[in-house]
Amino acid sequence: MIRTRSSIAVIIAIALLALAPALLGSFSITLMNYIGIYAIATLGLVLMTGIAGVTSFGQAAFIGIGAYATAWYTVTLGGSPWIGLLLALALAGLAAAILGAATLRLGGHFLPLSTIAWGIAIYFLFGNSETLGRYNGLSGIPAIAIGPISLESSIAIYFFIWATLGAVMLLCRNLLDSRQGRAIRCLRGGTALVESLAIDSFRIRLAVFVLAALLAGLSGWFYAHMQRYVGPIQFDIDAGIELLLMALVGGASQILGAVVGSTIVTLIKNVLQDVLPAVTTYSGQLEAVVFGVLFVILLQKARGGVVPLVRKYLPRAKQEIPLAASAPLLRRARSAQTAQAVLAIHGATKRFGALVAVNDVSFQVKPGEVLGLIGPNGAGKSTLLNLITGVLKPNSGTILFQGRNITRLPPRHIAAAGMARTFQHVKLRPHMTLLENVLLGVYSRTHAGFLAGALRLDRTEEAAARIEALHQLRRVGLGDRYGELAGNLPLGRQRLLEVARALAADPALLVLDEPAAGLRRLEKQTLSDLLRDLRAEGMTIILVEHDMEFVMNLVDRIVVMDFGIKLADGLPAAIRADERVQEAYLGGVA
Amino acid sequence: MTPEIALLLAQDGITTGAIYVLIALGLVLIFLSTRVIFVPFGDVVGYAALTLAALQLKRTPGTVWLVLTLTAIATVMEVHALVRQHQIQRLPRALFYYAVLPVVPAAAAWAAAGYDLPMWSAILITLAVVLPISPLLYRVAFRPMADASVLVLLIVAVAVHFAMSGMALIFFGPEGFRTQPLTRAFFNIGPMMVSGQSILVMVSAAVFGLLLFVFFEHTLNGKALRATAVNRVGARLVGIQLSTTAATAFLLASALAGISGILIGPIATLYYDSGFLIGLKAFVGAIIGGLVSYPATIVGALLVGLLESYASFWDSAMKEVIVFGSLIPILLWQSFATRTGVEEEIEEEEGERQT
Repeated sequence: MIRTRSSIAVIIAIALLALAPALLGSFSITLMNYIGIYAIATLGLVLMTGIAGVTSFGQAAFIGIGAYATAWYTVTLGGSPWIGLLLALALAGLAAAILGAATLRLGGHFLPLSTIAWGIAIYFLFGNSETLGRYNGLSGIPAIAIGPISLESSIAIYFFIWATLGAVMLLCRNLLDSRQGRAIRCLRGGTALVESLAIDSFRIRLAVFVLAALLAGLSGWFYAHMQRYVGPIQFDIDAGIELLLMALVGGASQILGAVVGSTIVTLIKNVLQDVLPAVTTYSGQLEAVVFGVLFVILLQKARGGVVPLVRKYLPRAKQEIPLAASAPLLRRARSAQTAQAVLAIHGATKRFGALVAVNDVSFQVKPGEVLGLIGPNGAGKSTLLNLITGVLKPNSGTILFQGRNITRLPPRHIAAAGMARTFQHVKLRPHMTLLENVLLGVYSRTHAGFLAGALRLDRTEEAAARIEALHQLRRVGLGDRYGELAGNLPLGRQRLLEVARALAADPALLVLDEPAAGLRRLEKQTLSDLLRDLRAEGMTIILVEHDMEFVMNLVDRIVVMDFGIKLADGLPAAIRADERVQEAYLGGVA
Repeated sequence: MTPEIALLLAQDGITTGAIYVLIALGLVLIFLSTRVIFVPFGDVVGYAALTLAALQLKRTPGTVWLVLTLTAIATVMEVHALVRQHQIQRLPRALFYYAVLPVVPAAAAWAAAGYDLPMWSAILITLAVVLPISPLLYRVAFRPMADASVLVLLIVAVAVHFAMSGMALIFFGPEGFRTQPLTRAFFNIGPMMVSGQSILVMVSAAVFGLLLFVFFEHTLNGKALRATAVNRVGARLVGIQLSTTAATAFLLASALAGISGILIGPIATLYYDSGFLIGLKAFVGAIIGGLVSYPATIVGALLVGLLESYASFWDSAMKEVIVFGSLIPILLWQSFATRTGVEEEIEEEEGERQT
């Protein structure tokens, strides 16, 4: 029902756009062309800033690179605009790859600041380059021609621009609903989770950055051949700020936001250009003032932008129920030697300054074993888990996982090797559905790339992945709520969802960090039943937990830590009777 | 390049570098105490120079209208907020701070314009007029969302700069100005001829840097600012009012901006938008210091000045490209040097979003 309604909306929108030249004057069509061109570049910004969380003030510089590339090629060398397009895309992509490789590791605010810096540097480069006509720019750029049809008139190019915009929007939508798209969407909100899912956050960020630059390059190509002139001032830092404004006005996390935002900003700009000259001689500057003020108000009052505001009142599209897959996902290859320990820790030591958080700890976890790791607060349990999962590196000692030395590996490589974890403080992506959150866990078992996702060549694998995710959701008792947003779940359910995500990775070792904390009695029972099932299936589990009753009834063996050292290691009954353990917990035996 | 030229360029570089030091210190000061990366700070520096130039030309400085505009907006916002919170009794105090105090120097400047002012009084008036700009901007743009993430605050700062640069053209006009030199003295130091202006700039940078140090080390307000920088929640718990420390930081920074503007006025011809680029170059210096360390900021800002000076000798058209482009290798180096710090930062932002 909702699906058909939204398809009807899309059809009406396309029909209106197709009829626009008949209904609107040529001035309005030119305006529409600018909107479309800005929307293409803004779409890149939506992907990069709104969805991947990489704020850039320099998007206009990439439009400039695209525009100048094709302008230089067609004007100076007299080449074809189509080769110019290839050149525009190649140069914008290359520049982004270099700048991204240099700056994308920067955290927080340093990255956006660097975009201001190179945005300005590129602008001055345009303005001071003899080949690019210095501040005069390049003029006499030919119009695009498709075969014998020239796109010189604004109506002809109008169709081309909007058809292209529609196509790239569709590709982006497909991409976001695919394996790599979900990786992009989970970038925001901390790298700890991302790396634990075997996702290379730097590589994904770089890919999105290049993708955004390619869209900007495409936009620049249209810009150059429509306007037939390029100059540096069109791509300065103010233009970059305006693009960011477009993305934020529309709703930076929404694909549609790109079109809505560029429409609103372009229309306001147009109105201001009509009205302001009547009031003042400095109309261009007042325009900047109005936009600046508008921008501040927007950020203070409605940071989400227009599209989410409207969408709140529309029914949410229900997610497709995955159909039965033809072939299930491949299970992870297990270590052949069953006698070999899944995890072996030898003399692991971690110091923070003078504090020895983990002091010469050694133990092994055998296949199919459920190991409880307990100890009072500050005993070093979390540090030890961080050493095992690769978040921290030990000062000395080695850690072997399935016989392989993982001591110095980054978390994502350890995750890819088959270790899945949950977090003490639940790490989910609240704006993604339950199913999508669990699908993140499948990332390390699937292979589809960006292009496959955008072109929907990944559907077989995707269907299998969805079946698997749904299966794990059912297992933790959340199967019927797969389409809800994870942020709407109560804490207890969120913990179960994390377990489902970890299970979706088909791990050889499951690391659970206080999974029962904050759970109500009934939820604890569900979790305990689930873990019992997993044990019966032969899953190897490390469990850090404070709830003694929960631990004692569940685990095969217990390792007790206190002040960084291993205090005891044995069967639950033996641990319960151990005097040193009682002393550690109760502060001395009465 | 002969040694003489190299020395000359070095002198030039250190002089502009010293001005960048003052600006960069202001930027770091604001960032540490409010987490705002105050992009329009450079604009304020430019306004100071243009104000002095206008006074010397016996014109009414555009800053007067700028301050009045900001004052009006801030007053309306403050009154609105107080009325909504049913705290009418605080109105007189708020009106005094937001409506009266900033207007006094503006009025003085307006009255003084047209007279032949002695240099020192023109400088004093300039400082007084510029002083309220940063705190007012804080009140209008940043305080309503003081708990937003660093990133959102940065976007707001960029938007504020956008609006400010537009206003600046309206209030100051498009032509460029250079203020009269503060001193025409020249000294021979060894083989070098050093202008009194350069020495004045360097001495001022040293003096104000030292004053800042004394303020942080030996006054309660300074310590409160440092505490806020280390831990905002902790500072709040021991009774430090964040909005007060923020206002103090912006006020201090405004003073630094005013001084920088007065010092740079005679050295370079400034237009309504020159301040932004000057501010950004100081930023590059502050970023070399990681936006956290005052001593590293000083070194970074001096380096930027030297780099700019030598770059302009090599290819004056490309000097901006070189200065801003140099940030990329610096950032690259920092990203490898402080990889772990970066991760924590992202986590922190996540926390901010959730709260």
